[in-house]
Order: sequence, then structure tokens, then C-alpha cells
Amino acid sequence: MPESLDESTVRHVAQLARLSLTDDEVAQFSIQLAKVLRYMDQLNEVATDDVEPTAHSLPITSVFREDAIVSSLGVNDALSNSPGAHESMFQVPKVLDQGDS
Amino acid sequence: MPDKNLTTRTIVGLEIHVQLRTRTKMFCGCAVEPDAPPNTCVCPVCLGHPGSLPVINRRAFEYALLTGLALNCEIARRTKWDRKSYYYPDLPKNYQISQYDLPIAQNGYVEFEVSGVPRKIRIKRAHLEEDAGKNVHDVPGCTLVDLNRAGTPLLEIVTEPDIETADEAHAFCTELQRIVRYLGVSEANMQKGQMRFEPNVNLSINSDGKEFRTPLSEIKNLNSFRAVRNAIEYESQRQEAAWLADPAYVQGNVPNENRGWDDEKGVTEFQRLKEAAHDYRYFPDPDLVPVELADAVIAERRDSLPELPASCRRRFVSDYGLDAKDAEIIINHRETAMLFEAVVNCGGPPEIAGKQFINVWLMLANDRNVEVTELGVEADRMARLAKITAAGTVNKTAAKSLAEVMVERQEDPSVLAEELGLVQVQDRGATEAWVSQAISENEQAVRDALGNPKKAKAAAGFLRGQIMKISGGKADPKLVGQLIEQKLEQLRSDT
Ligand SMILES: [Zn+2]
Repeated sequence: MPESLDESTVRHVAQLARLSLTDDEVAQFSIQLAKVLRYMDQLNEVATDDVEPTAHSLPITSVFREDAIVSSLGVNDALSNSPGAHESMFQVPKVLDQGDS
Repeated sequence: MPDKNLTTRTIVGLEIHVQLRTRTKMFCGCAVEPDAPPNTCVCPVCLGHPGSLPVINRRAFEYALLTGLALNCEIARRTKWDRKSYYYPDLPKNYQISQYDLPIAQNGYVEFEVSGVPRKIRIKRAHLEEDAGKNVHDVPGCTLVDLNRAGTPLLEIVTEPDIETADEAHAFCTELQRIVRYLGVSEANMQKGQMRFEPNVNLSINSDGKEFRTPLSEIKNLNSFRAVRNAIEYESQRQEAAWLADPAYVQGNVPNENRGWDDEKGVTEFQRLKEAAHDYRYFPDPDLVPVELADAVIAERRDSLPELPASCRRRFVSDYGLDAKDAEIIINHRETAMLFEAVVNCGGPPEIAGKQFINVWLMLANDRNVEVTELGVEADRMARLAKITAAGTVNKTAAKSLAEVMVERQEDPSVLAEELGLVQVQDRGATEAWVSQAISENEQAVRDALGNPKKAKAAAGFLRGQIMKISGGKADPKLVGQLIEQKLEQLRSDT
């Protein structure tokens, strides 16, 4: 693992997280992220051939709830943390439809 | 460039989202209530507030399991939950909880018929996930978001690319809708968005022994079976034209793309290249523990499956002697199929009962804009009408009139037939009198029947109709047919 991650990867990850970074920040995170990845690489040194893959750290499975209605928050509380609201809707800056979900 | 040795094969795979019929959302207790005012069915879990924890809806999981079994899938003994990350305002957590590498069901198939010909389409996988909210763009300069739908349970079903024509896709989608309705796991109402289809379409073009594959188009926004058929038809023609215009229009050269269906214009329109597709960064959701299923539970659920449309269709044809076409109509709704079955169990002769379902009961229901089960005529009375029709007590036309009265009045059909004078008259003398009357009142038709070979058949039919009319629908059509032939024969020898 090199000392720094290449800039295009940093910009791609930032774009996925909808973060805008200055050139200085890109340089700074290139080094920091490379450190994180090197740290993760250490885990790859552990022999895990005989270990079953786990999806969860807890030794429990199959936790369900019954299909019973619980009262919701109410519009006022639901919208109270929103930076913007219009009537009973959350209001956000205009998005262009990316035609995907 | 025209090409004599050109064969084109359409290749279609489908992704279908089915909204499961639960009271509450996939991971929280908020009501699934499409008509509720905006943002009244939301809580910290479906709003993605920090510190809130999702818990799996047992019914949604059961419904997914039943559907997987009905689609002949292998069921995962262990299934887990993954986060599919992307940023969009209708997705409050910035990830969708889904199932990535351990879906609940895999490797199944659906058997159905396309215009009477059996087909089998393989199912690649079916997995549970949550729906997003709704973005509304009707205020200038901003986007408004209603999160009532966010977290609604969906089952995503993915087929292998086994579908070869638009008609086949149409028939498959119809059968899938029937299956989930027979199971009772979804209302599958397409207008309400409870069943949504996304076909992946491309072509295999064989030109002078060389194969070319056009880029894949994923078609969005389809909300009717008709749209599925038309979009696939349009898209395969468009791709063929594109390849003919430019042979470089092939996979590898040109990226796959998303296209939207415009129902009014009847065209697919370019949305974006798949090259720019999201990087979803799937990883296991640490908030949810895996689900394990014991073999015994899976076996028990398999045994509890109701009879599915394919089996009903086969049985109605082989056991009850229905036409394939009539069987297809009767099995379309489970309630109709069950009612028909009940009529047969009450002693209704299956073939006549089947014809009466198609020509009488379903038509009456259709006229009244209700289901056949809502007509207020129980299986037993339907069976008795079929019985007296089979016995010749009433003829087919009278049976139809009787059925209309049976909808209004809770009476036995035999009693009504007597009361309304619809009992078929087998009396030869009375029938002969009706025949004579019809013949003397319709000279032109008699002349045609005797002397105009082109019109003879139609004229005889007309006379039969007149006799039925004079008799008030009570004449026995068979006897009328015999007597009219005799009478005409007699007139022929007289002249
Ligand atoms: Zn909720």
C-alpha cells in the first residue's frame, strides 16, 4: 500500500458521499485514507481459512417483530429537525431526476 | 444495409418489484397507508434518525418465503441484510436495506402458457428490500419529499434472460401477478405501484453466420402489462434499426443504458448511460442480525402453499374438460377459480358450469362492475342452474335470463323457471304450431331457405330465432331444428 491514495479515488469517494473537497483536502485525505487502508491490510495477515464468514458480531439470529401498527411521530415532530419544510413536506434543494433508485 | 441472411432474436430479462401486503413497514411499526396525508406515517427508524434500530417485520419475511417457494426457488437457510448506499432525498438513511449476496430465494422457475403453448422462465433470485419515499417537484426551485412510503416492504424478483418476445413477457408478468395474488402476499395493483416492471432488453443478431449483441437497455416507468409489451416491442425494433444504421452498435463498443417508457408517445427515451451507474458499496448492515431458517420450517411452509394458477389451469382442463381458453379466464382470479370448483363440488356438470361462468356469470359480474363472487349467487344455486340446463329443463338462452333473476332474487332456479315460464317445452304439438306460425309470418326467409343456396343457411337460422322468440324462449332448440328441417323439406317437395 503506497503512502497516499491516488487523487481520483479520493475525489470519487467524496463524490459518492456528496462532499466537496478543496485540492488541499484531497491531498490531506489521500494520505489519511492510505493509512486507514494500511491498517485494514494488517487484518489480512490473520489466517482466517478455517473461520466461517460472519455477517454480524452478535451470536443471535432471526429477530422479528410482529406486523402490528405502532403510532408514528406526527407531522410536526417529523418535520421539526428538517432544515426546510413546505406544508407537510420536507423541502430540499431541487434535485435532477437521476432516474434510478 | 439490407441483408438477406439476417436473423434477430430478442433477449429479455425482467426485474419486478412486488409490494408485500403488510400492515406495517419492513423495519418499523409505521402503517403502510398510501392514502395518508404526507409524512404522517413516519418514525425515527424510517426517517433514518441516529440511534434508531430496524427490526424485521415477520409477516414480510413469511410472505417473501412463500413467494420464493411458489417460484420453485431454493430457500436460503441463512440470509442476511446489506446496505446499498446512494444519496437521494427520498432515501433518508442514504442507504437502502436490501439483500445482496445471500438473498432469501434463488434458482427457481415459473411455468405458464403463452397463447396455449407451455413456457418456462427461470428465476435468478428474489430478495427483500425497503421502498424509498416520494419526491414531488411541483414547487419551483425545490424538491418536496413525502416519506410515508419509505420503508414499505418490497420483494425484488429477477428472472434469467429467458424471455424471447414481448408477448411472452406480457404472459409472464400476468402469471406472476396471479401467483402473488393466489398466495395473498400482494394486491399487485399496478395503478397503485404495487407491482413494477423493469425489462432488460437487447438483441442477438445473426448476420451471415456471425453473432452481434446490441447493448442492454433497462426500461423504467412501466406500470401496465400493455406498457411492458409495447416497450419491449419498441425497444427491439429500435435496437435493430440502430445496429443496421451502424454495425458498431454492439456490446463492448457502446455502454448499456437506462431508458424511460413514454406511454403516450409509445417510445423509450434515453435517460443515462450505465457507465455512470452508481457505486453502491454494499456491505452487511450491522443493525440487523441474519435470519436462519430450519429445514422443517421451510418444508412446513411448502406444504401450506395454496394451489397455484398453473395447477388449477391444468386440472380444470384435464379433470373438468374445460377449453384451455375458458380455463385461462376462470383461473385468472383465485376467488373465481374457487367458486367454480365449489359449483362443481355441488354437482354442477363441469362443462356446462364452465360455459355458464364465461357466458353468463362473469358477464353479469362485469356488467355490474363487481367480482363474480360478489353477485350474491352461491355455488349451490349456480350448480343447480347448470344441472337443469344439462337436463334440458331450460335451454341455454333461458338459463341466461334465469341467471339475471337469480342475482336479484334468492330463489332456486327451478322455482324461478316455473314462475317465469322458462321451462323448456318438449311438447311436439306446441312446437309445431310455433314453427308453422314463424313460417307463415316470414315469407321472404322461407323463400331464401328454399331457393337461394347462398342465403339458405342464414335464413334457416333466422327462422329458428323467430321460433324461439314466439315461444318466449321456452322452445327446445334441438326439437325446433328438427321440425324446421322437416317443414322446409315438405314445402320443397310441395313446389
Ligand atoms: Zn417508521
